[in-house]
Amino acid sequence: MKKIRCALIGSGNIGTDLIYKIKRSPVLEPVWMVGIDPNSEGLARACEMGLKTTADGVDGLLPHVLDDNIQIAFDATSAYVHAENSRKLNELGVMMIDLTPAAIGPLCVPPVNLREHADRVEMNVNMISCAGQATIPIVYAVSSVQGVEYAEIVASLASKSVGPGTRANLDEFTYTTSNAIQVVGGAKKGKALAIINPAEPPLIMRNTIYCLTEDEPDHVRITESILKMIGEVQKYVPGYRLVNGPIYEGNKVSVFMEVAGLGDYLPNYAGNLDIMTAAATRTAEMFAEEILAGKIKLKATEAA
Amino acid sequence: MTATNALKGRKVILHDMCLRDGMHAKREQISVEQMVKVATALDDAGIPYIQVTHGAGLGGNSLQHGFALASNEAYISAVASKMKQAKVSVLLIPGLGTMKELQAAYDAGARSVHVATHCTEADTSPQHIAFARKLGMDTTGFLMMAHLNDAAGIAAQGKLMESYGAHTVYVTDSAGYMLPDDVRARVSALREVLKPETEIGFHGHHNLGMGIANSIAAIEAGATRIDGSVAGLGAGAGNTPLEVFAAVCERMGMDTGVDLFKIMDVAEDIIVPMMDHMVRVDRESLTLGFAGVYSTFLLHSKRAAERTGVSARDILVELGRKKMIGGQEDMIMDTAMTLAKARGLIKDGAAV
Repeated sequence: MKKIRCALIGSGNIGTDLIYKIKRSPVLEPVWMVGIDPNSEGLARACEMGLKTTADGVDGLLPHVLDDNIQIAFDATSAYVHAENSRKLNELGVMMIDLTPAAIGPLCVPPVNLREHADRVEMNVNMISCAGQATIPIVYAVSSVQGVEYAEIVASLASKSVGPGTRANLDEFTYTTSNAIQVVGGAKKGKALAIINPAEPPLIMRNTIYCLTEDEPDHVRITESILKMIGEVQKYVPGYRLVNGPIYEGNKVSVFMEVAGLGDYLPNYAGNLDIMTAAATRTAEMFAEEILAGKIKLKATEAA
Repeated sequence: MTATNALKGRKVILHDMCLRDGMHAKREQISVEQMVKVATALDDAGIPYIQVTHGAGLGGNSLQHGFALASNEAYISAVASKMKQAKVSVLLIPGLGTMKELQAAYDAGARSVHVATHCTEADTSPQHIAFARKLGMDTTGFLMMAHLNDAAGIAAQGKLMESYGAHTVYVTDSAGYMLPDDVRARVSALREVLKPETEIGFHGHHNLGMGIANSIAAIEAGATRIDGSVAGLGAGAGNTPLEVFAAVCERMGMDTGVDLFKIMDVAEDIIVPMMDHMVRVDRESLTLGFAGVYSTFLLHSKRAAERTGVSARDILVELGRKKMIGGQEDMIMDTAMTLAKARGLIKDGAAV
């Protein structure tokens, strides 16, 4: 079966894990890995896994985009260079999946709003953050039953699973995730907290979701909606698991989740890495299926 | 004793935590008026730095950490406008507080900041430390739960914070677990690697009754700044009681610039009457110190114990075993529920 050919930009933890996820996909094929350090472990590994590589950044990829028929690119670099990367590739008709906190395109959480983005043939969609992918489905599950005045999420990440980019830019992570809890999760106000825990052996990613409903929460319907949503996320992240809850105290709904990864690049404690790459892959697959079925056609954006 | 003589004439900068760490012990329910009253009295007694924020610092107002009676900006501006000599400081934990909130705190009158990370995660603080310096603030890198990293590790983490721009690096005994030798080893290691002009501080908790002894050990090893709180109002068994520490400094011939009798009066006449419970070493706070658990977990674990029927001590020991750190207050209820399920006290989460 024909596959849609992809480029990966950024050869760190996320980019490397994406190779494994995309290779497994029936509709995607990883073709290029773009880095900036010729000696990076990520580029060497990509090369070993049969990808073409360049250490010259996105400019090293551009001359090959049309010849190699690249249609989807994943950007796992940083918020600061994403806009330029996206502009250059969009001009060549490549759809961009943004895994940085740049968020210049619409925010995407697959079980909540992927369908809409595919129907609109968005040329750039943003994957928010690992914590966003792990918690916003639950916020949405509550807000789709009744109004949520305030939602707060707490993500605990194993120190070994958090790369240097995220560490140096924690505020961007906080802002992007808090905003997405509102925009995608449907809460009137959102707040995100992140904790990096260095315990050995590393702790599996944990997420706690608190929602304050506007009126007294309907326990039965909210619990049912949350359990259904967990099932939806498990379709692409099998290790997404409810540990405790939902519990109800007045208008507060608390849900305690755990995310175990598949252990592709980093061991399974790094559920944060997995849920991000799995959601990005799921997003690309939806676009790829539609392209292959002739339902949508990617269009190059006009050069500015 | 030679050690005593060696400290004679040493200057020590005291930093009061009643209105920040003390917020934990008051479930964040200190009013703006109470803050102004306490801070004014501390200012009058000559305390040079007074920390004023939600217990979890900037961005702390949350379901996870509780909502205070007023915003951080409201507390800071009310206090800062009344200070004659004291500087108002704030706490900022990256991942919870952000640079936007630091700017707002600065605008409200804060001039000093503790940028706090877990003792192995200093590299989550570069943007906040650099921003504090840009604002012209007295900037501290604050290594929490310092017992969970060895002396060489603390030195390396402190060096990182210094490289981001920190004026001072703190060894922070958040669990009140450390003994004087543990403090001495870490402060000495820092003193060896940091630039001579970079100061070192120590922030203690009194869970094993070691607040004073640990602070003295820190000074012996080269620390010049000590955090404490008058009457010990703080998380767990409280911080190093500052009036007691000031008295010890005076006996040892050290110079704190503080009027001892005045802060003794603040402790007795203002702080103690404010306490909801006697802040002291009791069964649970001793468990924190003994098991190496974040002091703020104290009241949360008592609440989780009431809900699940598992004792607070069992919950705290389990949290210590699972190596939970500051900020993971959500894991207290989670852990209590998991223990309660295993013991057949509750059927599933939803049954609580």
